[in-house]
Amino acid sequence: MTALPNTRYVAHKRRVTEDKRLAAGRGNFVQDIQMPGTLHVAVLASPHPRANILSINADAALALPGVACVLTGAELYAATNPLYGGLPTPEVKWLPLAVGMTRYAGEWVCAVAATSRAIAEDAIELIEVDYESLPCIVDPEEALKDDAPLVHPGHKSNVLYRRTFTWGPVADDFAKSEETLSFRARWNRSSTVPIETFGALARWDQGRDMLEVWASIQMPNYAEQIANALRIPLNAVRVHQDVDVGGSYGVKRGIKHTIIVGYLSRKLGGVPVRLIEDRFDNMSGGDAHGPDRIFDTKVAFDRDGTIRSMKVRAIDDAGAYPGRGPFQLGKPIAALCGPYTVNSIEYEAISVTTNKTGQVPVRGFGQSPTNFMIETMVDKVARHLGMDRLVIRRKNFISPDAFPYEIPTGTKYDSGNYPVVLDKGVALADWQRLVKQREALRAKGRLAGIGIATCLEPGGGNNMFEYLMNPSAEITTFMEGCGIRIDGHGKITGVMGTTTSGQGHETLVATIMGEDLEREPDDIRVVHADSLAGLPTRSPVASRMAIMLGGAASGAARKIKDKLLKIAAHNLGKPESELEYDGGAIFDRADPARKLSWEQLCTIAHRQYHKLPPGMEPGLQAEYVWQVPRGGGLPDKDDKVQLYPCFSFQAHLALVDIDPDTGKVNILDYALAHDCGTVINPDIVRGMIIGGVAHGIGAALYEKFHYAPDGQFMSATFADYLIPSVFEVPFVKDVEHCTPSPLTSHGQKGSGEGGYLGAPACIASAVNDALAPRNLSLDSLPMRMMDIEALLNGDQPT
Amino acid sequence: MSEIKLTINGVTRTASAEPRTSLLDFIREHLGLTATHMGCEHGVCGACSVMLDGVPVRSCLMFAVQADGHDVMTAEGLRDADGAPGVIMDSFIEAHGMQCGYCTPGMMVATHALLSQSPDPTDDEIREAIGGNLCRCTGYAQIIEAIRIAAQRLRDAT
Ligand code: FES
Ligand code: FES
Repeated sequence: MTALPNTRYVAHKRRVTEDKRLAAGRGNFVQDIQMPGTLHVAVLASPHPRANILSINADAALALPGVACVLTGAELYAATNPLYGGLPTPEVKWLPLAVGMTRYAGEWVCAVAATSRAIAEDAIELIEVDYESLPCIVDPEEALKDDAPLVHPGHKSNVLYRRTFTWGPVADDFAKSEETLSFRARWNRSSTVPIETFGALARWDQGRDMLEVWASIQMPNYAEQIANALRIPLNAVRVHQDVDVGGSYGVKRGIKHTIIVGYLSRKLGGVPVRLIEDRFDNMSGGDAHGPDRIFDTKVAFDRDGTIRSMKVRAIDDAGAYPGRGPFQLGKPIAALCGPYTVNSIEYEAISVTTNKTGQVPVRGFGQSPTNFMIETMVDKVARHLGMDRLVIRRKNFISPDAFPYEIPTGTKYDSGNYPVVLDKGVALADWQRLVKQREALRAKGRLAGIGIATCLEPGGGNNMFEYLMNPSAEITTFMEGCGIRIDGHGKITGVMGTTTSGQGHETLVATIMGEDLEREPDDIRVVHADSLAGLPTRSPVASRMAIMLGGAASGAARKIKDKLLKIAAHNLGKPESELEYDGGAIFDRADPARKLSWEQLCTIAHRQYHKLPPGMEPGLQAEYVWQVPRGGGLPDKDDKVQLYPCFSFQAHLALVDIDPDTGKVNILDYALAHDCGTVINPDIVRGMIIGGVAHGIGAALYEKFHYAPDGQFMSATFADYLIPSVFEVPFVKDVEHCTPSPLTSHGQKGSGEGGYLGAPACIASAVNDALAPRNLSLDSLPMRMMDIEALLNGDQPT
Repeated sequence: MSEIKLTINGVTRTASAEPRTSLLDFIREHLGLTATHMGCEHGVCGACSVMLDGVPVRSCLMFAVQADGHDVMTAEGLRDADGAPGVIMDSFIEAHGMQCGYCTPGMMVATHALLSQSPDPTDDEIREAIGGNLCRCTGYAQIIEAIRIAAQRLRDAT
C-alpha cells in the first residue's frame, strides 16, 4: 500500500464548511429566493405520447384574474433558437414547448405565468388544446425498424447515431480464442431523481439589458446555452452560482425551463419569473431521465479464463429530445474493458429516439450500465468455465506494475492496484463467512447469493468522446479555473465559478489552498462567482472537481506562494532558494530570526509599493485555469483517444437473500474497498461512495421509469418510482486504499460516481449467484420483486 | 382568504391564506421560513416534515387552515436561541450527515421526534424514525451516525 501523503489538512477528518449553513436550515436553494412581484409558471403537459397539435385556445385562461401570460410553443419558437443538441442532427429540434407535434406523454405544450403557482395551475386547466393522436413508439428496438413511426419526421429515421468502432485485432482474437459466449444485458430507464426538483428564476434587467438567472443547475456551458437560445450576447447572461442545489448527480440541466422563464421575464418587462417543477413535472416532462440501454455482447476467452476480446453492441434509447444524452454511449470508451487486460474491442453504439421524455447525463455518464455489462460478462465466463469469480478477476486484472496502462481504445489509465484493493474488500467482507452464511441460508430453502463486482471510475472530464461522435465538435479544452485573493488583513478568499450540489466544493478549495499555503482552511472563505465574474468552468460533472477544481485551487495558491517568496527575497536581501516558507511566514534559513510574517508580507503587497520588487503588480491575487491532464489531443486515425485522465477503482461484495415465494431481495451484507488516490476530505468521500451505493441499489432493484406500450408514463410519483429508503440500504462497510494519481496536485482522483458504478453490477452478481442453483439467470435491471417472482414461476419478466 | 393564527417555533404568528394553501406553502411563502422543503407534495419523501403539537407530520399533506390554533415546530426551531446550530444540527455537521442538505431539515425534525420519545434509541429505532424520509445523497450511513451522536450529546446534557 502506498502511504498517505504527509499533510496538514488534506486527508484529515475535518468538518465540511457547507454543512454549517445547510444543517441550520440556512441554505440558499432556488425556491428560497423570494423577489417581490415574482410571477410563477405552471406548464400544460401533453396527455398524448404522439399527436398533432391542431389548435390551442387560451381565452379562458387569459381571462382568469392573476394570469399575466399564456405562452405557446409557436410564440417561443419564433423568438428563440432550439436548445442545444450534441449530435449533428439538425432536423431533431429540441424545443422548450412543443410546436405542431407532441413527442411524448408529459411533454410541455403551454406555459402560464401568474401571480401564484396555484393560479397558474388553475389557468392550465382552462386551456383547450385540440390534439390529433398518432401512433407512437416506445420500444427502442421497434423504433429501429423501417416502418416505425418517426419521432422526428424531418430526420427521416429514428436512428440518431450509429457507428461501429474496432480497436485492435478483434477478428483475429476471436478466431484464436478457445471459447466464446454471447448474452444480452438490459439496463432499463432510471435516473438520479434528486429530492429537490429543478427550478429556475429569471429577471431581465432592463437597465442593463441583461438576464439574471438563479437556478438549481449543474451543467457545463449553461450561460452559453441560454445566450444561444435567447439570441442575446453571452455577456448579457449572468448566472448566479451561489445557489445551493438540492442534489443533482448529473441531471439538473433545466435549460428548457430557463428559456421559458428568461423569455417571459424579458417579454413582461423585467418582472421576476420562476418555474419550480412539481414532482409530476419533474418525472414526466423534465427531460431528466437517464440511460435506457440494451447490450448485446460477445466475448472471446480461453479455458484458463483469459479474456481476449469483446464485441459489444449498445442500443440506447435517448427519448424524444437528445441533448447530451447520446454521448453517454461515448464516455464508457474511457474504460470499456474495465480493469481487465482485454486485447481488442469492437463497439457498436446506437442512439435511437422514441416517444419518451429526453435523456440527460446521469452519474457516471453511461459508465454504470456499461460496468454492469462488463461485470455480467466476467461472471458469465466464470460460470461457463466453472471458475471462481474472484480468481477470474485476479487473472485478468491489469497488473499494478503496468501503469500507465493503455487500453485498446487508446486511453491510458494513470495508476492503480486492483489486486490489493480486491483483497482488501474480500478481507473486509470476510469471504469465508459469507460463503458459510450463504450455504446455511440455502440449506434452509432460501435463495442466497454472493455478489462481487469491481468498477473503474474515470475522473477529470475531457469529453473527446464528443468529437468521436460528432467531428464538428472540435473541443479539446476541458478546463477549470479558480481564483484566490488575499486581502490587506491577510484573509484568504477562494473564488470558484460554479454551483455546488452536495459535493463540498467550498471545503475542497479551502482545504487545498490551506494545505498549499499552510493556512487554516476554516479561515478561508470560498465564494461562487457568477458567470460574468468567474473564471472558465466546465461545472461539477465527470467526477472531476477534486481533480480539476482542486488542481486549479492549488495552482492559484502556488502562484501566491511564489509571489510571497519574491517579496521576501527582495526585503530580506537573499535569493529565494535560501528562504524557507513556514506557515505563511518566510525566513532566512541561515538566520531564522530574519523573518517576515504573513501579515507583514500581506501589508507590503497591499500598502507598501516601495517595498515590492520593482515592477511587481501590487496586491495579492492570482488566477489559475487548468487544462485537464492528458487532454488536448484529437483521436488518431484509428479512433484511439485519451479520454479521462484519472481512474479510481472499487471492489464491491454483497450477500443477498431472496424469498423464494415472493422474489423479495434482502441485502444482508455489503462491503467495499475503494481507491481514489489521495482523499481530500474523508467524510465527503465516504458519503459520496455510500450514497452512490444506495443509488446503485435503487437502479439494481427498484427504480424504473416505465412507459406502457401505448406510450403512457406510469412512474410519475414516488409511490411508483421507488427510491431506496433507509430500509432498503444496508449498513455498508468500507475500506480505503490509496494509489495516488501522478497527474494531479495532491494525488487525488474522482470519487463521486464509483459507488453507483459498482453497486448495480454487484447486486446483479449476487442475485444471479442466488438463482444459479435453480439454473436461472436474470440480466435485466432493475430486478424488481415482481421480475424475480415471475422468473421463479417460469413467467417472462415484464 | 382565511386568517390563520398559530404558534411557530414558540412565536405566535397570524397570516391569511387561501383555504387550499398547504401548510408547507404557508410556512415557506407566507411565514418566510424556508428550512422546510418541498420534495414530492404527495407525502412520500419527508422533506416537508414539521412537528405539529409534538408529533411529526408532513406539511405538504395538510392545509394551513388545519393548523389554525396549533403549535408547529419547523427545523428552524432546532437552532439555539442565538441562532447557532442546536445539538441535533451540530451532530449532523459533526458526522457530515448530509450532502446537498435538501432532505436534512426533515431528517432533523424526524430525529427530534425520535429523541424526544426515546433518548437512547437502538439502530433499528433510528431506522424506523427516518424510514419515511428519503435522502438521495448519503445512503443514510452518516445520518444514522449523526443521530447516534445527537442522542449521546442530549443524554450527556441531562
Ligand atoms: S414534500 Fe411532503 S412528503 Fe414529500
Ligand atoms: S442530503 Fe441530499 S437528499 Fe439528503
